[in-house]
Amino acid sequence: MALNLNRVDMPNRDPNARNKDFIEVAEGYDVAMAEEEASRCLNCKKPLCRSGCPVNIDIPRFINQVTKKDYDAAYYTLKEFSLLPAVCGRVCPQEHQCEGACILNPKKGAIGIGRLERYVADKFRESGKEEALKKEAPTGKKVAVLGGGPAGLSCAYDLAKLGHEVTIFEALHTLGGVLMYGIPEFRLPKNIVEKEIENIEKLGVKIEINSVAGRVNTVEKLMKEDGFDAVFIATGAGLPYFLNIPGENLNEVYSANEYLTRINLMKAYKFPEYDTPVFVGDKVAVIGAGNVAMDAARVSKRLGAKEVYIVYRRSKDEVPARLEELEHAEEEGIKLQLLTSPIEVLGDDNGHVTGLRCVSYELGEPDESGRRKPVEIPNSEFDMPIDMVVMAIGQGPNPLLLETAKGLDLNKRGNIIADDYGKTSIDGVFAGGDIVTGAATVILAMGAGKNTAASIHEYLMSK
Amino acid sequence: MYKIVKKEMLNPSVVLMDVYAPDIARVCKAGQFIVLRIDEVGERIPLTIADFFPEEGLVRIVTQAVGYTSRKLMNMSQGDSFLDFIGPLGQESEIENYGTVLCVCGGLGIAPMFPIARALKKAGNKVITVVGARNKELLIWEDILKEVSDEFYITTDDGSCGTKGLCTIVTKEILDREKIDHAWAIGPVIMMKFTALLTKEYNVPTTVSMNPIMVDGTGMCGACRLEVDGKTKFACVDGPEFDGHKVNWDLSMKRMNIYKAKEAISLEKAIKGGF
Repeated sequence: MALNLNRVDMPNRDPNARNKDFIEVAEGYDVAMAEEEASRCLNCKKPLCRSGCPVNIDIPRFINQVTKKDYDAAYYTLKEFSLLPAVCGRVCPQEHQCEGACILNPKKGAIGIGRLERYVADKFRESGKEEALKKEAPTGKKVAVLGGGPAGLSCAYDLAKLGHEVTIFEALHTLGGVLMYGIPEFRLPKNIVEKEIENIEKLGVKIEINSVAGRVNTVEKLMKEDGFDAVFIATGAGLPYFLNIPGENLNEVYSANEYLTRINLMKAYKFPEYDTPVFVGDKVAVIGAGNVAMDAARVSKRLGAKEVYIVYRRSKDEVPARLEELEHAEEEGIKLQLLTSPIEVLGDDNGHVTGLRCVSYELGEPDESGRRKPVEIPNSEFDMPIDMVVMAIGQGPNPLLLETAKGLDLNKRGNIIADDYGKTSIDGVFAGGDIVTGAATVILAMGAGKNTAASIHEYLMSK
Repeated sequence: MYKIVKKEMLNPSVVLMDVYAPDIARVCKAGQFIVLRIDEVGERIPLTIADFFPEEGLVRIVTQAVGYTSRKLMNMSQGDSFLDFIGPLGQESEIENYGTVLCVCGGLGIAPMFPIARALKKAGNKVITVVGARNKELLIWEDILKEVSDEFYITTDDGSCGTKGLCTIVTKEILDREKIDHAWAIGPVIMMKFTALLTKEYNVPTTVSMNPIMVDGTGMCGACRLEVDGKTKFACVDGPEFDGHKVNWDLSMKRMNIYKAKEAISLEKAIKGGF
């Protein structure tokens, strides 16, 4: 049989319609598309795709179930490995993971695993069926999970399934972490996130929102006074980085975290129906070119900005965002200002942004990351007329918990040091996700949560 | 949900609320703040803790109707609940026995100053307090603050109570006649700025409590940035208290105006909403 290398495209909404609202961009497969795409899977004996998945989903099995139209079974296969298939099907960088590892990938025909995952999860959710949740007999062990983002949720889910009594302590007023405050509605609808998270509570996991780790509950108190046998720290990457250039504290300079939190979590895009305001720029410069930068740029466009620029010091080939995000951004009218780095935010006497002073770069020799190093071109200074700037250049670890967890070893960047099993320098205290690795992806955090759940389980059962 | 156990109007535009939040009341310290959200559509606003009662599980907040959310808050009744109430946030005040401490408070700054002055008194300091308000009607808590002060002075802009004029007049008199080891200034940014400028002339180390715009209040967003000694700080995790002689005051004042245009829309909404 000849190989079928024709990936079935997933339809997207028209760029000029979607860049004016917050309705989801990607429309997902219909049943015919899903079946056609699933039928291309070779069902490899040694599936490379699985090795590319941070949570090791049995991908050939679920795809095979799709070809047999046994969608419920396909859904339960996904759920065996992942708490959030509808989320992951949407936001995972599949081209670097399962699809990147697919044996058909070198021939540009990787199976659309993410699209199929999304299809299966959406179909189950939309069917309104009650999910059957399996749970082992109670073990009598108590685990505290600090942080309700992807790492914490994933860990709590697995531990609860194993029969442990789990409490999640979340600092914000809702679970989900970056899924709720960071990723915009048009890429990841919040009702889908909420629905997938619901299962956590159905499994009996206790949720304490508005509970800032390190304040009301220190690690020491949880273990000594509250009777928790183990603690999983998954407080994420918190503190946004700035460039430390002049003018950075002018009024219309936002961190991407603030900008996206106002819009996604606080729903400032519905102001004044919602009380939280956000500044709407005419000409917006987003500094950085990762997924977060793309989100910030696309959000600005939707709020009504006339011109939106991604300002990035390397070239298009080095853009760290997922290819799909970059393509979607460009389709929606986002302009790329490449090989450019800001040196000053310009403002008026009242503290308002009036421009961005930049220098041009060219690519030199490869640096330690293997990417060609951007080198400043002498006397290349120029000004961009801009009235708003969003800094999307990453985040450091949240300092709050670390202040009050005595004896926890940190690396020089302030991240918690944990081994491959999530073990920290304190017995019974585990850590995973961005607080260990620095800012990464949803699925890597979920993988860390899942792996650490296994090691916490082992720790608890051997005690 | 966090119940408003007690609501008391301190004057026509200032309200006191005791909120049932036992976890916070148990651990909070003078100088820290909370973030609250009234309802599902509400914004998150920071308020410095005015007092706390660990045994009753209560946290006291005092606020003034200025913008949309504070008006909405004032419209709430005893028995109503806040949807979210998060804390304690920020670093606690550095309370120690300095010797003689001068506490200068302007307007609503009287409320957050109270637990600090009380703690300073308890630590063995001689506490001299200066309270400034626009007029007699706007004065709050002068009796309560007086109790924890060794010396107590009132100034009003119109002279309707105490000395006529700004609080810096009396502050200067005290600085001229007495050796002050440390000063605290809490109030509107402009008042803190001029108090800090004054104490600097006398080389008196001065702590100020910043109350910028915030969102999460946990270090995640950076809305609350300010410059201290030329370096960017986050009021929520590095503060809210800073060395008043090193704060870039003009920047902080400008940053209060980010949402001026939006505030007009919000205010219209408040009027429509009947509060």
